[in-house]
Amino acid sequence: MDLYEYQARDLFEKHGVPVLRGVVADTPEQAARAAAELGTPVVAVKAQVKVGGRGKAGGVKIAKSPAQAGQHAEAILGMDIKGHTVHKVMIAEGADIAEEYYFSILLDRGERQYLAMCSREGGMDIETLARERPEALAKVPVDPIDGIDEAKAAEILTAAGFPAEAHAAIVPVILKLWEVYSDEDATLVEVNPMVKTADGRVLALDGKVTLDGNAAFRHPEHAELVDRAATDPLELRAGELGLNYVKLDGSVGVIGNGAGLVMSTLDVVAYAGEAFPGSPRPANFLDIGGGASAEVMANGLDLIMSDPQVRSVFVNVFGGITACDEVANGIRTALETLGDKASKPLVVRLDGNAVEQGRAILADFNHPLVTMVATMDEAASKAAELASQEA
Amino acid sequence: MSIILDQNSRIIVQGMTGSEGMKHTQRMLASGSAIVGGVNPRKAGQSVTFDGGVSVPVFGSVKDAVAATGANVTVVFVPAKFTKAAVLEAIDAEIPLVVCITEGVPAKDETQFVAAARRSGKTRIIGPNCPGIISPGKSNAGITPADITGPGRVGLVSKSGTLTYQLMFEVRDLGISTALGVGGDPVVGTTHIDALQAFQDDPETDVIVMIGEIGGDAEERAASYISEHITKPVIGYVAGFTAPEGKTMGHAGAIVSGSSGTAAAKKEALEAAGVKVGKTPSEAAQLAHEAIAALAG
Repeated sequence: MDLYEYQARDLFEKHGVPVLRGVVADTPEQAARAAAELGTPVVAVKAQVKVGGRGKAGGVKIAKSPAQAGQHAEAILGMDIKGHTVHKVMIAEGADIAEEYYFSILLDRGERQYLAMCSREGGMDIETLARERPEALAKVPVDPIDGIDEAKAAEILTAAGFPAEAHAAIVPVILKLWEVYSDEDATLVEVNPMVKTADGRVLALDGKVTLDGNAAFRHPEHAELVDRAATDPLELRAGELGLNYVKLDGSVGVIGNGAGLVMSTLDVVAYAGEAFPGSPRPANFLDIGGGASAEVMANGLDLIMSDPQVRSVFVNVFGGITACDEVANGIRTALETLGDKASKPLVVRLDGNAVEQGRAILADFNHPLVTMVATMDEAASKAAELASQEA
Repeated sequence: MSIILDQNSRIIVQGMTGSEGMKHTQRMLASGSAIVGGVNPRKAGQSVTFDGGVSVPVFGSVKDAVAATGANVTVVFVPAKFTKAAVLEAIDAEIPLVVCITEGVPAKDETQFVAAARRSGKTRIIGPNCPGIISPGKSNAGITPADITGPGRVGLVSKSGTLTYQLMFEVRDLGISTALGVGGDPVVGTTHIDALQAFQDDPETDVIVMIGEIGGDAEERAASYISEHITKPVIGYVAGFTAPEGKTMGHAGAIVSGSSGTAAAKKEALEAAGVKVGKTPSEAAQLAHEAIAALAG
């Protein structure tokens, strides 16, 4: 889960990383009030979006009075930044910036360890810096067991070209950021820019944090960071049902077992769709997982049938742990429960564990909406064809 | 031969007495694997009798189990909260192979236990979040259904369980030397490259099928390894061309971030290394058949 800047700021503050005061607002009036509360001669009005490049897009403005902060907020709220609509702004204290740096810690999947990156040239887009001036960006591996201690922090700063006398002010900030990374189960902590103020303080001015969803059991408080208003309603409902679901923009609903097989099914549907008018594409990703019961299957089918964009549904199951008779019973239960609400044609491909029993159950059920097809490719084609006809 | 797992593999199961552990221990036994023990500190000294009458003793620790049985493989079904402790215990016991099936392990935990295994130099980890490894007719450590296909000359390595089963099914007439699921998490103990290297050295493997998916750069790394070190034919398949940016597609590691980790980039890298990449699983299976036929011709 990616956090908004204001959430990252709060998390930094909780762990003692020096940050500026900041207040979130979702109306111009709140923004003006927040600026008055902060009471500094200058405040920054910053769009809260989970995408980079907002400065260039006009999403960050400096205000010299509460009234001006309100005006800027009015301009920024509702703005579209690379497809993300701005619903919140953060009003942050102004700072007298002397120098801008860059610092991040991330999970290096390929090397299976952590990587710290640091530069004396902060503030700009880091991918641009890495491309244009790679020598200005230090990349230092961090051992997952040892982590970052004072010596490691000094090593990172030296690699980035900071003189020894600059270390004392920055090392403690890096140690606190490491604490955020490790204690909060983050997979990314990025500060850009980290600044030195005219009076010598080192602050995290803008932060980006990604938290590991698999570690949610250790952090029940992270659930509050989910932006429910910005989450697709079908995805929210799927989450409540414990289903692994992602909403896409096509018209062929897809249900399968196992993440890899479902991803593959989406691709096969998209290829098959190219042959039909309107080129139907997958409407969703839904993995019912290994060993799925009839109930899980029924919940999944119910969810997909309730998506108004769906025109046909493709159930693709290779029974490894999952038994095809359970899947067939789930389809039967779902269609019986839905009754007349089930109005979308269903293409079913079953193979593997208990396939004969599964196919027999569906043949016996003989529901007018259900078509059984033997192979994955043919079934995808049939589902795409049906979606195309229903359109 | 086969890779990593063979008829001499003696397997213990951590978490055997839980519901998943019981179900899959039963299935592993039915497929002919030598399951020599289970581990559960609260049930040490007891034994569990499975269908078919096989009685498997339960030990209080991995060390005790290894000392009593000579086990050289452990399969971990322990819930995600306790997986790190279970795997570290296995590493501490210096068991040569840990197959970690558990899904949902925090990235920090898996990164740490993979690092610990690397430090020890004694233990290979497969997974987590994987189906395990099967060398048909010899042994099965994990949850791969043993009845899809028998022994043969195709070696298979994949991030995904069900895609492994699908491909095994599509090449069932050829058979499999070993099918290895490396796992769908951001950090895994055994990589595509480890598998490619082992298949290259395995005289019983003639053709290698490599299945990848979006996220990370394991396929790109494998591609550059293939162009330098692999002389056997490699057939590729990559899932996730239609996945949107920034969404986790079921597997914790299956995510396109910005422009990195896309299926298109992976396919391109593999093709540049001379790998024939199927557009669908069935096309990949067709390419594997052609590669085997070409060797016979």
